[in-house]
Amino acid sequence: MKEKKEISAYQRVQTARHKDRPKVTDYIDALFDDFIELSGDRLGKEDLSLLGGIASFHGMPVTVIGHRKGKNLDENVKYNFGMTSPEGYRKALRLMKQAEKFNRPVITFIDTPGAYPGMEAEENGQSIAIATNIAKMSNLKVPIISIVTGEGSSGGALAIGVSDRIWMLENAIYAVLSPEGFASILWKDSKRVKEACEVMNITADSLKKYGIVDDVISEVKPITSEDGFKMMIEELDGKLERELSSLKKMDKEDLVQKRYEKYRHIEGERAPKETTNGEVLKWAD
Amino acid sequence: MNMFSNKRQVLLAYRKLRTKNKMLSMTGRRLRFVSDAGTFSEMYGDFKFNNPLEFPEYEEKLEEGYKNSGSNDAALVGRGKINGIDFIGVELNKGFMMGSMGTVVGEKVTLACELADSLNLPLIIFSASGGARMQEGMFSLMQMAKTSAAVEKFKENGGLYISVLTHPTTGGVSASFATLGDIILAEPNALIGFAGPRVIEQTIKQKLPAGFQRSEFQKDHGLVDKIVPLEEMKETLYKILKLHGCKEL
Repeated sequence: MKEKKEISAYQRVQTARHKDRPKVTDYIDALFDDFIELSGDRLGKEDLSLLGGIASFHGMPVTVIGHRKGKNLDENVKYNFGMTSPEGYRKALRLMKQAEKFNRPVITFIDTPGAYPGMEAEENGQSIAIATNIAKMSNLKVPIISIVTGEGSSGGALAIGVSDRIWMLENAIYAVLSPEGFASILWKDSKRVKEACEVMNITADSLKKYGIVDDVISEVKPITSEDGFKMMIEELDGKLERELSSLKKMDKEDLVQKRYEKYRHIEGERAPKETTNGEVLKWAD
Repeated sequence: MNMFSNKRQVLLAYRKLRTKNKMLSMTGRRLRFVSDAGTFSEMYGDFKFNNPLEFPEYEEKLEEGYKNSGSNDAALVGRGKINGIDFIGVELNKGFMMGSMGTVVGEKVTLACELADSLNLPLIIFSASGGARMQEGMFSLMQMAKTSAAVEKFKENGGLYISVLTHPTTGGVSASFATLGDIILAEPNALIGFAGPRVIEQTIKQKLPAGFQRSEFQKDHGLVDKIVPLEEMKETLYKILKLHGCKEL
């Protein structure tokens, strides 16, 4: 077999952000039947940058949630380039609670440059919207599977990404912050993007190695081509079917406990260690 | 010879103790301020520096933070009493790498939640943080999930969590455990928000109005229950604890 050419992290960032990369709607069309979009946070707003709804996956009802990027500039403006506001996260929360009530697994598709850093988003509680989702997802009593399809960035990604299984596409990236933001914060120089990409460990391969993602979905051919997309979807479809059926069999308390343990010990052997045990220091007042 | 080496050891131990005490006096200022005299004792104070991604030059930064603040990382955990009522406390220290949350901070906040849960004590967290610790990459982001899950579990089990936001509380800390309090207090004029002002200004390409994202603004926008100056903090916390049936032991 011919060995794959080494692809740099920076190249993967460009691939992950490519304008022709499939969007959440493409995944929904390819994987599910009878998708019905459900809108609104029931608190006064509808945020189009986050798409949610219910659908059938091989006959099993599921809730689907994903960041929505557009296929052209007009769409992107409408969907705010996949940068979600508190209203979008609250819509996701509503749909997740609904999924819990009707005992449907939740499948989320992550593809966002980050939560929207605008004035209104701050006024309406961007922080608490994200925090609430993360907290709720940690004990939601139905299976959750997340797939990072393009760029997963910061709390805006995690707000729909706390899950029993998290997978990444081979060329997707998942980062604490965009490489530009990272370079700007750490080195006060947003132009050192390539360098940032190399040290950040944001590719599917390295995150798998660190145990932060559970599996990588291969992109044998470019998924911007019809052929490549179909091949990738086949793998994803099979994996989803297997994992959902095994997660659905689990006792709900076990499921939630396992999810808790997963994040509790997410660092694995890289977890911080205490040098001494039980030493109590008393303060001098 | 024996006598000399003994003397030297005693001297070294004394010096070490003195520096330790001096350093301790600089951290956990707020926890010390609200606790009854002599009741607060630190726990989990001996976490090693952690560099999970082996990020270049990070250990030097940690060392520097240690020298500046006297603590091994940006979070301090312990147990104390407020007018006789026991509580588990956490305080983030912005003197240590801007109070950013990496694996050590995440672990200590989580341990505090689990301890408060197992001892059935109220949890008080004073937050001050610029957000996620960049040098720990995705491990930092995962601390948001880890700490939020721990807080949620503690709250679900009936625990009382009072979150106190101090200047500044932003990014990954404000978007995780800091805004999950049953009751959220804030010190006056603290910067509280998800995105930092500079990032917002770059996005909207205009200057932000004065007072944007400050405590008073956040109270007006429904994020904060009450603004409490430090001198009234102990009394306010005491009242809240009492109203939740927390008693002197």
